[in-house]
Amino acid sequence: MENNALLSETGIIITLVLIVIPVIAALLIVIYKIYGIVNGLVRKRELEKFNEYLKGLSQEEVKQLEQRKRELEFALSNNELAGDIKLSDSRGLLASINSAEELRFVEKKKKSQPRPYIEPKLSRLILWYLGCAVFWLIFGTTVGEYVGIKFVAPDVDHISWLSFGRLRPVHTNAVFWGWASMAMMGLAYYVVPRISNAPLASIKTGYYTLVLINISVILGSITLMAGINNGGGEYREYIWPVMVLFGIGIILSIWNFIKTIARRSNKEIYVSNWYIISAMMFLLVIAVVAYWPGWQNGLGETIVQGYYMHQGVGMWFMLFNLGLMYYFLPQQLNKPIYSYSLGILAFWAQILFYTLIGTHHFIFSAIPWWLQTIAIVGSAGMVIPVVAGTTNFLMTFNGSWHKLSGSYTLPFYLIGIIFYFTGSLQGTAEAFRFTNLIWHFTDFTIAHSHLTMYGIITFMLWGFIYTLVPRLTGKEPSQIIVGAHFWLALIGLLFYTFPLMYGATLRGLMWMEGTKSFIESVELMAPYWLWRAIGGSLMWLSHILFAYNFYVMVKSKEKIGIPLSPAEILVAKEELESKL
Amino acid sequence: MEFFNNHKKLFGTALALFVALTIIVAILPAINNQQNNAPLPNAVELSEEAFLGKKSFIANGCVACHTQQVRNVDMDKIWGNRPGIAADYAGIARTGLWINTATLMGTERTGPDLTNVGVRQPSAAWNLLHLYQPRTVVEQSIMPAYPWLFETKEELNEDDVEVIVPDEFRKGVKGKIVASKEALHLVAYLQSLKQTPLPDGKPASDFLYQKKKQESDNAQSDQPSLLPDGNLLYVNNCQACHQANGEGLKGAFPPLKGSTVVLGDDLELFVNIIMLGYDARPEYATMNAVGLDNKLTPEEVTAIINHEKTSWGNNAKTVTLEEVNKIVEYINVTAKK
Repeated sequence: MENNALLSETGIIITLVLIVIPVIAALLIVIYKIYGIVNGLVRKRELEKFNEYLKGLSQEEVKQLEQRKRELEFALSNNELAGDIKLSDSRGLLASINSAEELRFVEKKKKSQPRPYIEPKLSRLILWYLGCAVFWLIFGTTVGEYVGIKFVAPDVDHISWLSFGRLRPVHTNAVFWGWASMAMMGLAYYVVPRISNAPLASIKTGYYTLVLINISVILGSITLMAGINNGGGEYREYIWPVMVLFGIGIILSIWNFIKTIARRSNKEIYVSNWYIISAMMFLLVIAVVAYWPGWQNGLGETIVQGYYMHQGVGMWFMLFNLGLMYYFLPQQLNKPIYSYSLGILAFWAQILFYTLIGTHHFIFSAIPWWLQTIAIVGSAGMVIPVVAGTTNFLMTFNGSWHKLSGSYTLPFYLIGIIFYFTGSLQGTAEAFRFTNLIWHFTDFTIAHSHLTMYGIITFMLWGFIYTLVPRLTGKEPSQIIVGAHFWLALIGLLFYTFPLMYGATLRGLMWMEGTKSFIESVELMAPYWLWRAIGGSLMWLSHILFAYNFYVMVKSKEKIGIPLSPAEILVAKEELESKL
Repeated sequence: MEFFNNHKKLFGTALALFVALTIIVAILPAINNQQNNAPLPNAVELSEEAFLGKKSFIANGCVACHTQQVRNVDMDKIWGNRPGIAADYAGIARTGLWINTATLMGTERTGPDLTNVGVRQPSAAWNLLHLYQPRTVVEQSIMPAYPWLFETKEELNEDDVEVIVPDEFRKGVKGKIVASKEALHLVAYLQSLKQTPLPDGKPASDFLYQKKKQESDNAQSDQPSLLPDGNLLYVNNCQACHQANGEGLKGAFPPLKGSTVVLGDDLELFVNIIMLGYDARPEYATMNAVGLDNKLTPEEVTAIINHEKTSWGNNAKTVTLEEVNKIVEYINVTAKK
């Protein structure tokens, strides 16, 4: 295949553009920095020249300068009007006066907003969800890290329960159903009652769901490692009794949420609730379709598999997260969403197009050709909801960009939104027939799924969690560690995905060429697999920091505070005296 | 708008739209494919052992790296003789109470496709050794080893299948390494994976995105001496057993380096072994009919022979296409009877 011919393929061009976007952003920053350095050098030259000039200064000129200096330094004493009377602020007009007390290594970020009143019982429930989610994130990505290492060191262990084929689904399912799903549900337990302006119908039901999902993921992980699985379709590896538990959990919570929404005290149903409730309803439909044995024989299994694995991603994780984004983003920016109607358009377009695209995982397979074509067309149609959503979020950001640098949560939102755009459209480009030739069956798919499930979903969830938890507990994490978490995760993700995409392209081209043996294409991937393991390690490290931050937000001891404001001093004095 | 403010209508509509699309795009096509396809008349059903092997294949998640689909594109030609069709999968039904139907088509090709592996690599000895430790036979492989599918015994029983493992991979294992039932089943399953030929007279559909014939192909008809790449053919067809260094594996696969067959002048014997396999030496595993199974052409056989005669220090006279052609033709005629 000629290089030129390759670069004239639409799918390749789109992908290259999408890859280039974040790279250009980084390049701009680098260019800006270099400009600063060069500028500094130029100024230094000028200074040297100026020093020469100083040496040649005459007595006369020095005197003139001193004279002028005195004239310019003349100032009033500032108490010409007030005289020497002591100042007082009898109406308390001056408040929150900041003074620079300490040396600042990093810019001070804004503190989380004052907490609204949330029933402590509900807070506890939400924190339980998020806490379990954090556990599954650590567990799932530890497994993922280990699985990644096995590409580089296949003989690292010889234990059946830890063999690659068994651990891989443990990783994917734990981060899907354990981490992301659990975190989404926890956040929904905050968002749904809040935008319905009504108390949650039943807190107890929330705990039932929590327990059921946890049991499902625990049993699922154990059975997979023991070699009991559903037959190998991706994300459908849990056997049906395990998945039933998960399903019941979701049913209970849907009932809980709809009842809450029915009791709402405002007339409208804010669009977040459309997304969240729909995602939960659709997940049930998807799961029933995937596990019902009536249409699974022969190719039926493959068609259902294509439908299931993609709806799971798009209709459960993506739809749900978009719903959360429509609540948290305007909240964090303290302004309404740019366009409510765009949100509605994106909602219906997502249902219309996303439902069609499942079989694009089986292009050129024995599945009917027309079904493959529909999937490709649907993938192209995904441009509509993705562009609508991205535009909406970025336009909401517009005018508030300055808040980005002063907030430790907003960078997570922004990265999530950028990857929402690039990751989703990359999926469209991958669905084309030609790009399928190169990339299908290679690690490109793995890179894509991490750009999306990690770049979009996980980054968004982190943003939401860092927003919400301090409001529930009143405790904030150290912003330096949040920053470290952010950068390790982002850089790790880029190290993980870029080499993998590059290597996978080479591998696909090698297969197409057909003049080398298959095993040479395995050897070819070795360095890229190593890079993946390195990137994965950085990501994993960032999760440890995240878990620590979560711990600080929830459990850390109250710092011993020395009262500063007059009110606090008085309260402290009263308390002290009453104790005596 | 009333519609947007009524949660029952709103959520009901969204659900109805999704379910309707789901029925059209997933359920109906699935049912349609399930009802309107039947296995090819000459398709062979899985034996009991092979079925148990398939279950083991599922349990160990082999599908994570191995596909079982030959796509109708040129680059997939090496994995089968024709593109996969619906009928190839039509006979697959639910695996068991816990386990769904498993077509095992897969989505990742970290390792080779297995649609036709029963033809490509049918040797039980090779498969067992490869399962015990893939790197004994394929140095660069990153496939997991499955030592827990094997037992160590002091004494062999009558029906035990021993696996001769090179010393460097035995690592502290004392006694004889014997394949467990599960390993034998798994190998039976792998051996059963063969593409069913289409019934007589039915042409297979074409592979798409064919590479444009290179100019050298045209030149080939004028210059019979221009043969395909013997090294690549050796890697794809022979190397798994006889190894990259041509030295084979002690106790399993004989060396080609310095071999009397390779260096000698009995071309008929040499071609016969490549085409029909060999089982004359008890100290080595049985060789299958590599040439016949994989439909090697006389040009390819000639290239392989010449590669083997001139590699790893071997330095024998090469042979011509005409000489090989005669023998291969004769074999093909007799094999059909």
